[in-house]
Amino acid sequence: MSILIKGGRIIDPSQGIDGKGNVLIENGKIKSYPKTTKKYENDLDVKVIDAKGNIVSPGLVDIHVHLREPGFEHKETIRTGCESAAAGGFTSIVCMPNTNPVNDNASVTEYILLKARTEGIVNVFPIGAITKGELGETLAQIGEMYQAGCVGVSDDGMPVMNSKVMRHAMEYVQAFDIPVLSHAEDKDLSGSGVMNEGEVSTQLGLAGIPCASEDVMVSRDITVAELTGSHLHICHVSTAGSVRLIRAAKKRGVKVTAEVTPHHFTLTDEAVGRYDTNAKMNPPLRGKKDREAVIEGLKDGTLDAIATDHAPHSEDEKKVEFDLAPFGIVGLETALPLSLKLVEDGALTINQMISKLTNSPSDVLNLGKGTLKIGDDADVVIFNPDQEITIDREEFHSKSKNSPFDGWKLKGKVNYTIVNGEIVYSG
Amino acid sequence: MSFKHKHILGLEELTAQEITLILDTAESMKEVSERDVKKVPALRGVTVCNLFYEPSTRTRSSFEIAEKRLSADVLNFTLSHSSVTKGETLLDTARNLEAMGASVIVIRHPLSGAPWLLAKELNSSIINAGDGSHEHPSQALLDLFTIREIKGKIKGLKVVIVGDILHSRVARSNVWGLIKLGAEVRVVGPPTLIPRYIQKAKAKTYYNLEEAIEGADVVIMLRIQMERQESVYFPSLREYSRFYGLTREKLKGADKDVTVMHPGPINRGIELSSDIADDASSVILDQVSNGIAVRMAMFYLAVSAGRNQ
Repeated sequence: MSILIKGGRIIDPSQGIDGKGNVLIENGKIKSYPKTTKKYENDLDVKVIDAKGNIVSPGLVDIHVHLREPGFEHKETIRTGCESAAAGGFTSIVCMPNTNPVNDNASVTEYILLKARTEGIVNVFPIGAITKGELGETLAQIGEMYQAGCVGVSDDGMPVMNSKVMRHAMEYVQAFDIPVLSHAEDKDLSGSGVMNEGEVSTQLGLAGIPCASEDVMVSRDITVAELTGSHLHICHVSTAGSVRLIRAAKKRGVKVTAEVTPHHFTLTDEAVGRYDTNAKMNPPLRGKKDREAVIEGLKDGTLDAIATDHAPHSEDEKKVEFDLAPFGIVGLETALPLSLKLVEDGALTINQMISKLTNSPSDVLNLGKGTLKIGDDADVVIFNPDQEITIDREEFHSKSKNSPFDGWKLKGKVNYTIVNGEIVYSG
Repeated sequence: MSFKHKHILGLEELTAQEITLILDTAESMKEVSERDVKKVPALRGVTVCNLFYEPSTRTRSSFEIAEKRLSADVLNFTLSHSSVTKGETLLDTARNLEAMGASVIVIRHPLSGAPWLLAKELNSSIINAGDGSHEHPSQALLDLFTIREIKGKIKGLKVVIVGDILHSRVARSNVWGLIKLGAEVRVVGPPTLIPRYIQKAKAKTYYNLEEAIEGADVVIMLRIQMERQESVYFPSLREYSRFYGLTREKLKGADKDVTVMHPGPINRGIELSSDIADDASSVILDQVSNGIAVRMAMFYLAVSAGRNQ
């Protein structure tokens, strides 16, 4: 079957395209950008989507997602995680290895990919662990996981505290030309912290995680990347200090890339309010200056990608004392409207914003996605950037509802998500 | 004015007028405690549950006496510290107590914010009897009551709080209460135990005890928690005591009528030299009896507010 997307504003930063036009999809690929549409409109084999008033862009790419399967299927499964992604306009997602068992060997990678092929409705790319069991001690089966389909390695959720282990990981991955993704955190400095260390934590009597906890580790990782010459990717940057360090490293030519989450560029630690566990995540929401710095980092290219760190947790797990609640919030279904808000606020142009959610994250991990090039896989999102929506957690496709954005009025409605030429979501 | 808080969770959320109303109400409650028949029917038919996740003989007994003097039915539910992470969740436990008829829950919990969770999810009136490092409103109210009784006022007094401010819920509640009522608050202790962001509360930070005590009207000594000693906050108790233990010598710069207070129990020779501890003990006993009156006032006002809602 073919699909004709008619009359939308096509924005594809990978090709520098921004303009009104039509997109023809055939056999799962981008076929052409037809100037006239008449002949397709009368063809019964062509499904015509009227995209007037909509933006037609490459399907969004999220390089930081927790799908929770295997092991934590009460939070999310590969199926529900993919459905959540599709509803949010994402056509490719990258899943982190902190499952149970940990994705630290090829059999777990193969299981995830098999499940994704049979039950998933978007493209799933797994990340393997850096160390066995994410324990930070000995290297995981990185080569075999790479062969099975892993696109990078990370001990996400946990830092690799031992600098020598990190050095060896960065050297070893050069054989496969994949990056090391760092959850940059000094566990000793974080201590028993559960939120940003600052005025709010002091008032609430909660143990704080200082910004220095992240900055110290970003600094170490950049130093080790300089030593080894490897590609380092810093996950979920949350502090002004990290942005400064990454900016300086890029300037000296260090191969470092970085991502930021929508919650870190939207909220500050004030959102914790009266112990709201849906504002508890790691790294924590930071101060006003940090929020401004990550937005500036997106603007000037220091931060390459917007990634959600989608971290589903069940209602029961979150409805407890703040200290006992797990870190993390869901993000796939709120990322696009929150990113559009950056455009509305004048922080990014619409082209910049779409790039941070398409070709740029794809490039970080060499996924070959995030583009509407003729002949490439037809992964497309069609959304109305001006339509007002109200975030309603009950309507999430994710199995979990842990979002601090419930009830927020934003703009940006996903109308179609197309993966490999198939409509996987229509709003 | 009428009191509109069904829950009393902390002094941070109360206004100066509301705090003063609690103190004034406690005056009349103190009068009840001085009668031969120390009982009024204000809470007759109300079941109050004391839900304690930390051992506390003093606070729990004080709450229990206050409840009984107001004719409430009292249910004591004491759980071990470890049951916070093991077994039934806090919400499930509290819902059970509600099902047994409790309409007021007094909670003491080792984790900050636990009373807020109950206030959000339950119908009962929640009284915070100390949560983690956050607030201990009844202790601060009884400190305020005692200070007002001794000094005749709170506004304009120089009050020094000494010790582990970082982990102290008593310090946080006292800082809020004292500042709202117009006192000048100074906090002093080793820099590792003074939060870097306390200035937001408008308390002045000192690291030198003599400097902090200069001209002080009231000195509130916090208890050093022996169990934290192994952490890396200060080298040894001996060194702590040398710099931050209160002695007659260090008190010299204070106002001549300075009042020394301690929430108890005292580690003699560590926070206070023994002679000062003896001097302070009369105030400590006042604090204990005032504690009952203040807690009676808290129940009375919170339950009335709940009934009016």
